[in-house]
Amino acid sequence: MSVLYIAIPIALVIALVAVIAFVFQVRNGQYDDLDTPARRMLYDESESDFKDVD
Amino acid sequence: MIVKGSLAFECAHCGLPVPVGLVQRDRDEQFCCAGCAGAYELIHGSGLESFYRMTDADSGSRLEIGGAFRGASQAEKFGDFDEPVFLEKYARVVNATESEVELAIERIHCGACVWLLEKLPVVLPGVVNATVNWAKRTIRVRWTVSEVKLSEIAEALNQLGYPPSPIQHNEHEKRWKLENQQHLIRIGIAAACAGNNMIISLALYLGMFSHMTIGMAQLLRVASCVVGVVALLWPGRTFLQSAWGALRTKTPHMDLPIALGLTVGTIAGLVNVVRGAGEIYFDSLSVLIFLLLIGRWVQFRQQSIAANAVEMLYRLTPQKTRKLVDGQVLETLVDLVQVDDILEIRAGDVFPVDGEIAEGSSLVDEAILTGESNPITKAPGSIVAAGTLNVRTRVSMKVTAIGSETRLSRIVDLVEQASIDKPKMVLWANKIGGYFVAAVIALAIFTFGWWLAVDVNMAIERTIALLIVACPCALALATPLAIAVAIGRAAKQKIMVKGGDVLQSLQRPGMIWLDKTGTLTNGDLKVVRWYGDTRWLDMVAALEIQSAHPVAKAIVEFGDRNWRVTEELNNDPNTKIVLAYRTTVLESMDHPGLGISGLVGAHEVVVGNRRLISDHGVTPKQHHNRLSKKIIEQGFSPCWVAVDGKVVGLVAIGDSIRPEAHFALESLTKRGWEIGILSGDHQSVVDRVATRMGIAPANAIGGANPESKLEMIKRSSVGGNVVMVGDGVNDSAALAAATVGIAVKNGVEASLAAAPVYLAKPGLEPILTLFRISDSAAKIMRKNLGVSLSYNLTFAGLAFAGFINPLTAAILMPISSITVVAMSLGAGRISKFGLSRSKA
Repeated sequence: MSVLYIAIPIALVIALVAVIAFVFQVRNGQYDDLDTPARRMLYDESESDFKDVD
Repeated sequence: MIVKGSLAFECAHCGLPVPVGLVQRDRDEQFCCAGCAGAYELIHGSGLESFYRMTDADSGSRLEIGGAFRGASQAEKFGDFDEPVFLEKYARVVNATESEVELAIERIHCGACVWLLEKLPVVLPGVVNATVNWAKRTIRVRWTVSEVKLSEIAEALNQLGYPPSPIQHNEHEKRWKLENQQHLIRIGIAAACAGNNMIISLALYLGMFSHMTIGMAQLLRVASCVVGVVALLWPGRTFLQSAWGALRTKTPHMDLPIALGLTVGTIAGLVNVVRGAGEIYFDSLSVLIFLLLIGRWVQFRQQSIAANAVEMLYRLTPQKTRKLVDGQVLETLVDLVQVDDILEIRAGDVFPVDGEIAEGSSLVDEAILTGESNPITKAPGSIVAAGTLNVRTRVSMKVTAIGSETRLSRIVDLVEQASIDKPKMVLWANKIGGYFVAAVIALAIFTFGWWLAVDVNMAIERTIALLIVACPCALALATPLAIAVAIGRAAKQKIMVKGGDVLQSLQRPGMIWLDKTGTLTNGDLKVVRWYGDTRWLDMVAALEIQSAHPVAKAIVEFGDRNWRVTEELNNDPNTKIVLAYRTTVLESMDHPGLGISGLVGAHEVVVGNRRLISDHGVTPKQHHNRLSKKIIEQGFSPCWVAVDGKVVGLVAIGDSIRPEAHFALESLTKRGWEIGILSGDHQSVVDRVATRMGIAPANAIGGANPESKLEMIKRSSVGGNVVMVGDGVNDSAALAAATVGIAVKNGVEASLAAAPVYLAKPGLEPILTLFRISDSAAKIMRKNLGVSLSYNLTFAGLAFAGFINPLTAAILMPISSITVVAMSLGAGRISKFGLSRSKA
């Protein structure tokens, strides 16, 4: 069971990474519009005409 | 594409039938209009044919698209989009070569529209990317300035069937977006902390039964402590800050006990972690922070609807107008209009700026500013205001004020100022919460002091148990829950309530100001009673149909209704004669301000006021005069009817009072509210309605403009609660200033946003319902508060006596919250019966 002495801190660090990722997502505006992407993903895109969205 | 037999063609683009004249024999594709043909060509030329596959898949949307393209065929000019003024105002320079703009596109219907619009870079080289926001119906376009002009982008969008219009980015929206993001971040972090902490504490509790080693238990406790402290200091900080503010301004509110509970729990937990024994509370604290934050966020989203009021008012004026330059009509953006420009305003157009009529005369509907329901005649030299509607004919105007100088803008400023000035209500429960927390602290200190004499450890343990069991979570939940239930029930009755303080304010009687039109009355003139022979009704109606005057409309409507009734009652040939009468108006003449006269069949008919009758040589008899006087006394206007030189009837015309008005006013008075009328209508009209409704003459105020309405509200709010019920832009400042502003549905959405309550049904019935809902919310609130208080008192007493240890307290604490939740939801259901009973 002593593996937990390492596993729990690692788990907490992973949780922290997830939290930081979430903060970045929100600041990036990824939660501002929840409706359009749901429709956008329904259509196949040819790689040429889909460019990155800022 | 040939469908429905061999003759009917379907438009290759929109799917609508193609008119026979437009069918081209030698082509495969047929189009219903040039717009569709152009769009089809554009889409095909760019290799985007799959658009048609998608629109077919999106059931039924082909037709809608057709509608969209239909409109697009009217060529619109977007040259103004390249003006430096325009670019500076709406576009944003991204870097040396690229700019970005956000455009509103109202015609986004389906997924295929999104797909097509985002293919804009394919259609138009030079566009870097295009991103659609489905919810806001906007598109954000980034383009290379040297390769393509904004006007070309707008033109391309228009050609595709999506005419764009510019949107201005205001500070408010940016602030809202930022705040929303902050809420989301806090909730996300709090959720992560709560989830992790629950897992850790589960391990701890299980460990109690499976002989966990002390070292392992301590590891888990430290982990729980770390996560808990993060939850408190990062997302939970908002409560601590708010509580600190409450302390400094000496206005105790609910955040204070919450912050206190959080702090005490954290400190107690920390102490226990350090000394390696006793309970830690980090799991419950983390979950509590998470739940409270969700509540905050929901509240924030509700309130944000209200904040858009000002923006909506600005949208009342059009974005484009026609400018007259050397006799030439040029379409231009309102932003580019200067003072002293001459604009052409067509019938049905809204005046974009303030000015005076230069040429022509017309009727102008000024209801938006004055509340006056009848259009007003405007001749050269008359002043017209932005936002008012040109009803009758084309006029040209000379601009005197633009932008923030217009009267409409000044009203917007008033609204903004009024909502800032308004004193903020402190929720009743928040006040009690303040006292409550003081009592708990006093009790805790007393407990500690009392048991300190016995044993230090015992004193600490009992004090902590007391603080936990008396945690005001239930109290914190009691009010928001009762309000949430009430708001939900109000929404079902088509009443939108934006804040909880409204329901509470309605409990303290004060003054209610009603805007006459739309609440007390039906808002238009009606024939109240026809005195005399109804034989002549159809002839009168036939004559009156020639006139557009409101009285004429009322008579025609009355005639229509009665004609239908007679037709239904006796289906005999006579009714046909009646119908024949209607078509035999040989001659008619409008007498402005007096009435109408004319030749109907073989009879000379005069309908109008007393003077018109006399002018036509008709002398009324004594009893006619008496009848006329009686009609006036009843609060209506008499309209005389003379046929062939004799008075044959008198019509009582009036703005009809809503059927439920008497009952509603009575019950409001019974509740202790004083009722007044505050209207933009003429004083005499207001007086008449007030007399009929039994409202004190001192409280019947007519001819009020937005400023005087606001003044009146401010003056009466010195004495106590003020409720304002109104429906126009002219009411919006007053609505914002009143303790409770109730907006009634009509065409103008802007006034609604200024008010915390919005009634989607006109009339007084929903107002009464709102009061009933407020009653039941107050009842639930009191009950919740009673339960949580007595619960806390009982267990605080037990904790003091030492019957409860901290662990039991931690288990008991959520029970009170659950009780309150169950009671609020249950009570909502039970009193629904009560509501329907009291309605019946």
